[in-house]
Amino acid sequence: MNIAARDLVRDGCEAIAIAGVRAVCDQRGALHFPELDLLVVSDLHLEKGSSFARRGRLIPPYDTAATLLRLASVVEDYAPKTIVSLGDSFHDGEGAARLPDPFRDSLIGMMKGRDWFWVAGNHDPDAPDDLPGETVQELAVGGLVFRHEPSKGHAEGEVAGHLHPCARIVQRGRSVRRRCFAGDGARLVMPAFGSFTGSLNVLDRAYKGMFRDGAPTAYMIGTSRVYAIAGSLLRPG
Amino acid sequence: MTSQARLEPNSTAALLPEPFVRWFAERGWSPRAHQLDLLASAQQGNSVLLIAPTGAGKTLAGFLPALTDLAIRPKKRPGEAQRGVHTLYISPLKALAVDIERNLGKPVTEIGLPITMETRTGDTPAHKRTRQKLSPPEILLTTPEQLALLIASSDAERFFSDLRYIVLDELHSLVTSKRGHLLSLGLARLRAFVPGLQAIGLSATVAQPDELRRWLVNQNPAGDMADLITVTGGAKPEITILDSEEHVPWSGHSARYAIPDVYEAIRKHRTTLLFVNTRSQAELLFQELWRVNDDSLPIALHHGSLDVGQRRRVEKAMADNALRAVVATSTLDLGIDWGDVDLVIHVGAPKGASRLAQRIGRANHRMDEPSRAILVPANRFEVLECRAALEANYLGAQDTPPLIEGALDVLAQHVLGCACGAPFRADDLFDEVRGAAPYAALDRDTFDRVVDFVATGGYALRSYERYARIRLTKDGTWRVSNPRITQQYRLNVGTIIEAPMLNVRFTRAKGKSGAGSAQSLALRGGPVLGKIEEYFVETLSIGEMFIFAGKVLRFEGIRENECYVSSGGGGNVLVPSYAGGKFPLSTYLAEQVRGMLADPKRWKALPEQVSDWLRMQQMKSILPKRGDLLIETFPRGERHYMVVYPFEGRLAHQTLGMLLTRRLERAGARPLGFVATDYSLAIWALGDLGAMFRARKPSLAELFDEDMLGDDLEAWLADSWLLKRTFRNCAVISGLIEKRFPGQEKSGRQVTVSADLIYDVLRSHEPDHILLKATRADAASGLLDVRRLAEMLSRVRGRIVHKMLDQISPLAVPVMLEIGREPVNGEANDTLLLEAADLIEEAMGRA
Repeated sequence: MNIAARDLVRDGCEAIAIAGVRAVCDQRGALHFPELDLLVVSDLHLEKGSSFARRGRLIPPYDTAATLLRLASVVEDYAPKTIVSLGDSFHDGEGAARLPDPFRDSLIGMMKGRDWFWVAGNHDPDAPDDLPGETVQELAVGGLVFRHEPSKGHAEGEVAGHLHPCARIVQRGRSVRRRCFAGDGARLVMPAFGSFTGSLNVLDRAYKGMFRDGAPTAYMIGTSRVYAIAGSLLRPG
Repeated sequence: MTSQARLEPNSTAALLPEPFVRWFAERGWSPRAHQLDLLASAQQGNSVLLIAPTGAGKTLAGFLPALTDLAIRPKKRPGEAQRGVHTLYISPLKALAVDIERNLGKPVTEIGLPITMETRTGDTPAHKRTRQKLSPPEILLTTPEQLALLIASSDAERFFSDLRYIVLDELHSLVTSKRGHLLSLGLARLRAFVPGLQAIGLSATVAQPDELRRWLVNQNPAGDMADLITVTGGAKPEITILDSEEHVPWSGHSARYAIPDVYEAIRKHRTTLLFVNTRSQAELLFQELWRVNDDSLPIALHHGSLDVGQRRRVEKAMADNALRAVVATSTLDLGIDWGDVDLVIHVGAPKGASRLAQRIGRANHRMDEPSRAILVPANRFEVLECRAALEANYLGAQDTPPLIEGALDVLAQHVLGCACGAPFRADDLFDEVRGAAPYAALDRDTFDRVVDFVATGGYALRSYERYARIRLTKDGTWRVSNPRITQQYRLNVGTIIEAPMLNVRFTRAKGKSGAGSAQSLALRGGPVLGKIEEYFVETLSIGEMFIFAGKVLRFEGIRENECYVSSGGGGNVLVPSYAGGKFPLSTYLAEQVRGMLADPKRWKALPEQVSDWLRMQQMKSILPKRGDLLIETFPRGERHYMVVYPFEGRLAHQTLGMLLTRRLERAGARPLGFVATDYSLAIWALGDLGAMFRARKPSLAELFDEDMLGDDLEAWLADSWLLKRTFRNCAVISGLIEKRFPGQEKSGRQVTVSADLIYDVLRSHEPDHILLKATRADAASGLLDVRRLAEMLSRVRGRIVHKMLDQISPLAVPVMLEIGREPVNGEANDTLLLEAADLIEEAMGRA
């Protein structure tokens, strides 16, 4: 891939900066840093379906397939040197062990020739069974720090996940809720990438004190592009 | 009129035990003929359907077989095993069960019957329920959900072993819903426990009594029917249509013009019951009446979203004759005992002839005196509709909807319930289920797929075998694999899925105006006023006013599952719109309205301003013949409009609108939007629709071809929020996902799994899944009204009349006025995001 093409922001994506480092919010829910040649995805929650099934809720067993398919398309488009999976990569501690072989193979295929970091999450504190990649508590790269749970208060240069942010706006009496990247220029909270993951409004008290102006800018994920929405337009609920 | 006592019937004479004869005699009464007929049928071992108007002594009739049988049953001998329940009474309402206990208690005591009678509802305390299991009452009064729970317990067969009768009250309203499907399956199960079980159905008048007669008895083999006893009569109601001096509006539903007349009618009567079709209308009408209530008449409001305590107070005041008027939404929202209603006012068109009859029946509990009713049409089309309903009422015409096939999500719930009770054999359960009328036509393959769904989710990718909820064991029976599954089942039983609701709580503190965040709220809680749909509250900003519980309220914010409000003042006041409660125009009334339009001789019965309107239409455009479909096209502003007049109800029109705009888009007409009413549909476009139809590019025959219900419908449905909403309900009822209980915190959202996401995944990976099949069937009969649309398309084939006009026609005015008032379509979509994002780009000077 040539440098010029890489500098172009893909259709429907939104260019931002985190603590001065340029990044692109991809409509599929991934974050790409062109200068660092690094791709971040968060909260894949692989094997969530089977995790529910174990407890008697037989939701469709196709979530892992859908999530990995989307991940593969992002990886193919950006072809990054480094990939960070920002925690809760598996829905529970035994998720990796339950991963059916074809999916394990596809995941290993994506990892080939790249640096792959599994950041530990609250759902998956330990290294995943039988998968390559390095498991870390957090990762510092070029002035940025990648960790699963966002730290309290302001945290310059932090990229985190865990909260599954979504945002809601009301236009012409109708309400639209979408998952989103939530940022204030200094830090960013990533949307959950997994196909069965729920979400939590960025105005919920769980986010209290994290963003400079109270509410963050929400980079809301529409059906074909990302929309940057100012904090003042956001609604709770 | 019913004939009174007829104690000399034929060979099937009822045996009325002596204490009953004496009880009637002491009061100077004699049993009514239908009460004795019902008893005679029951004593012959038959199931019976009793169709009677309100006030005919239906309840006593329904219980007479049970009471007389219990009166002569030998006493339990010491040492004899505890007896099970003798008679089960099922009602759609908890309140009704409680009321029956009170009303029936009186004759039981007076006759001196040693009968135990108890209620069992969701409100019954746990210790009482446990005691009822160990020592059952002879008569148990309960709801369909509680019956499902009883059946799913391991001692069900013993508990019901002595059951002789099941009395089903308000059967006409139960059978049309999924609740009715669940109940029919419960009934089939009871019949398996007790083959001689007799069912007694009590119903208001319906169009197809035979459907209910079949519903009551085993349909495997199909065809058997319960005995039928019909009480005709009651005095004919005196119904009039409000003939106001005021201008009847072209469109809208508020009937504001009629308020002075309505108020005058209330003043002239003792107690008036005012029915409206939706809760929004109830709130509005209540507000308007109080605005003109110079005499401070006690006028109250009653609808299903109000706090229970407040509803009970209104009902009590009503029973004590302390009120002059009550504004209410539906007969079923009301309790039973309300004093001396001498006038029913129906504001807005009744939408169905049977519905009107049932509502009017609420006035005047003594069936020998005529009820008085006034219909108040809210707009001109409603004048026609009211006229049609009134004529139907005199003809005794009935238009209750035909019953639909049993829903598969309900079947899935029942299959799991059966397994929770006792292991079952698939062959036996299949035979049993087919005995339930809604499932009489169920095929084995579908049944097996439902069982497979219950067991492992029914996915082609068979990866959940090890997590199966029920398992086929070596002895050929299916068993629950784990006690936790039974617990889950018990929490999710039932078919009533309400839109997520928030408590409306009153507070003194005022929040900051504007789109504030909930974090700034420091609110102290006051009383709860009722419940309101979450999606309405979510569109409010702090400081906005809305009407609820008859008050103008100021929105103060949301905290957890509560919506905080304070007293509001003037300004722009919103009225919450509620999901549901909007009945579509019945097919029968639609047909009558078309007939009336086509026949100028019948216009004499209409108010002059309305017949003038139709005459103007005749001059400026045309009035369609009874079987024709009129389509007008005309330019207006920069746009071209087409107005279609199918008269098939708003749901069917909305579906038609969606499908037509897709086709027009493909034909290059560049449609911009559409709006639907109960009577007509307007579509507007940039292209010249009239010229295109005249040039047959496309022809109207092509445009309205029935094949639109094939691929176009499929394609549109795929992304429709309507289908997603339907899927969510099916997913909950079938036990795929958990019910969301009130009080569950929002912050739980990120750990639950959303039905919308499951829907998307399932549709792309397994479009033939049984739950998607159930969803499509539901949507077709419910929200989309596809059946009606299909009937209409086939009816108008070759009968489409196109009229090109230079300007809007008189008949088109009502629907054109709805443009801008109704959302163009129900989808909340990315366009809104784009607008919001553009706002910022403007403000930031970035392009």
